[in-house]
Amino acid sequence: MANLSPTKNPMPVQDPLVRNHNFTEVALGYSEETALNEAERCLHCANHPCTQKCPVSVNIPEFIQKIKEKDYEGAYQVISVDSSLPAICGRVCPQESQCESACTRGIKGEAVGIGRLERFVADWHNEHAQLSHEKPASNGHKVAIVGSGPSGLTCAGDLAKAGYEVTIFEALHLAGGVLVYGIPEFRLPKAIVQKEIDSLKALGVTVQTNVIVGKSLTVDELFEDGYEAIYIASGAGLPMFMHIPGENLKGVLSANEFLTRINLMKAYKEDADTPVRRGKKVAVVGGGNVAMDAARCAKRLGADEVYIIYRRSEKELPARKEEVEHAREEGIIFRFLTNPVEILADDDKSVKALKCVEMELGEPDASGRRRPIAKEGSDFTLEVDTVIMALGTTPNPLIKSTTKGLETNKKGCLVVDEKGLTSRAAVYAGGDAVTGSATVIKAMGAGKLGAKSIDEYLQNK
Amino acid sequence: MYKIVSRRELNPTTTMITVEAPFVARKAEPGQFIILRPTADGERIPLTICDYDRKKGTVSVIFQIVGTTTKRLNAIKEGEYIADFAGPLGNPTEVEGLKKVAVVGGGVGCAIAYPIAKKLHQMGAEVYLIVGFRNKDLIILEDEYKAACSHLTIMTDDGSYGRQGVVTAALKDILDEKAELDEVIAIGPPIMMKFVCQLTKEYGVKTVVSMNPIMIDGTGMCGGCRLTVGGETKFACVDGPDFDGHLVDFDEMMSRNSSYREFERHSYEKTCNLMNKEVE
Repeated sequence: MANLSPTKNPMPVQDPLVRNHNFTEVALGYSEETALNEAERCLHCANHPCTQKCPVSVNIPEFIQKIKEKDYEGAYQVISVDSSLPAICGRVCPQESQCESACTRGIKGEAVGIGRLERFVADWHNEHAQLSHEKPASNGHKVAIVGSGPSGLTCAGDLAKAGYEVTIFEALHLAGGVLVYGIPEFRLPKAIVQKEIDSLKALGVTVQTNVIVGKSLTVDELFEDGYEAIYIASGAGLPMFMHIPGENLKGVLSANEFLTRINLMKAYKEDADTPVRRGKKVAVVGGGNVAMDAARCAKRLGADEVYIIYRRSEKELPARKEEVEHAREEGIIFRFLTNPVEILADDDKSVKALKCVEMELGEPDASGRRRPIAKEGSDFTLEVDTVIMALGTTPNPLIKSTTKGLETNKKGCLVVDEKGLTSRAAVYAGGDAVTGSATVIKAMGAGKLGAKSIDEYLQNK
Repeated sequence: MYKIVSRRELNPTTTMITVEAPFVARKAEPGQFIILRPTADGERIPLTICDYDRKKGTVSVIFQIVGTTTKRLNAIKEGEYIADFAGPLGNPTEVEGLKKVAVVGGGVGCAIAYPIAKKLHQMGAEVYLIVGFRNKDLIILEDEYKAACSHLTIMTDDGSYGRQGVVTAALKDILDEKAELDEVIAIGPPIMMKFVCQLTKEYGVKTVVSMNPIMIDGTGMCGGCRLTVGGETKFACVDGPDFDGHLVDFDEMMSRNSSYREFERHSYEKTCNLMNKEVE
């Protein structure tokens, strides 16, 4: 029975004023009943506009059809054809600018809750399905993957299923990349990431942590060690700063540092050995998902006031809509059209205040967004004790600087062709190392392409 | 897991461990560092490489017991394992072409100065090694220093061993008498490196310092290790850890290093209490 409701079934969530004091997951997931009800909103359009807007072209109407039939494992299998990490993508994809943006139901009302349904299916699978312990027969070819974030994990999974002997080299002590050091527990529980890694290991993938390719091992040494192809998914790199006075004061940190302390090192737990700054008044500069994550973590660590300082207007915010809504519900204060110009110090060289200017939007710039311009004489100061910079990253130089013939662009990102091949034979790359800071799903898409290209290359060698 | 193949207490608060880490040993060079975590839920800390044996696949590091993590590390016995040991990280100290060098170490920094002096000495450079400690009981690796330089000066703050005074006093004498040093390499507490740099600036002698700021990942991701060098922000983990000492903003670095002091003190006291209870 078709569901003609113009609105999505709301996602059950923890109460905002409770959850902003804990790190457990915010969104609780659809119940079976709600999922069935939401699935009935799908019209199964003939041309699949949603699938066309999915970076990995998941057959969305078909998996929703399986939900309607209560064949949840079948729905999972449909998603699995194109996506390796449904439980993760269902939680962190910016659906409103991808699949759901094209949903016919969205023309008059809200789109089908595709992301929520994807999460329901993946969680159902994780709860009910048995982990297969059958390793595919080896085809004798060895492939090395650099980095265990979404791109590396996806590439590893696809290659392992095709019979390749895959080793992932991870620089940190824990596999998962941005999924473990960047995205907080309350948005993506680490047990889910661990489950994905465990299933890769069950497929025969070896994960070697604490190996920094570019330092402990070079790309050339990987070939000497018998790897026939390499996929570089080393992720984004060095955090960007604004280059304003006071940026190296105590209490100014990059979002990467703040989030790594919290997520990877578990500094939010009372008994953790790793310290983290617990500010009372915190300003987070930036408007992406990372800024939202940092702001919401600061709140959870006990801040009374947390500001998001963003130089454009609300319309331009690059973060997922749901994260912005959640942040607002949790009491994060948004200061749009505001740009920091200086960080002021107290006698101890700690942050005392943030001096800002008001901005207005001018003509569109190269990114197509209206360029923010400072309003003269509009300076004001915001009393804060902590400033977190969430401005994006620039590529990590370690692999480039130790690999001869590996071409990068002006920004330092690895250059690849349409197959994901770099300027070096048998060296493929994808994810943030190629695109600069982007999304989990795009990194995953690149991982799938990398696996396909490596397979073609090695089969025809 | 990485096995501690040998462990040597150099003085009551300083320990050297040699760890089985073939990946690190294969590539390690003087001046580089590693990141370790003593236990599976512990903190990541950077330690500079003191020695390595490529054949045996081992790497030695020296640490001073100053906080929770080093206390935990010190509790792991020979033959036991530490959770993580990653590296080598950072750029090796540049030694090529150096003929006459003063290497200055302060406290535990002497353990890092040692492999650099050794490498220069093996290359045939004339090495003036100056090491400074608070007192006689804290002196570490004296035999190793002797074998790694042409001229050794040991300084103690209280005069209980060697010459009394700070390392800059000995360095000044060398600069006054022998001059013509190609370079000074200084490794130790930031305040010591700052004073060495003030002195060598007067003499116009190039000075390289090894920086050890707050760090988490060590691979260029967190930005916690940033320093101001010549007015620019640099990341010690990928741009360093060695920098031109005449350009480093030491005051800023010292201030930033105190960011977590309060937490560190509480955490250390808590750990000491817990560990003492375990002993009882």
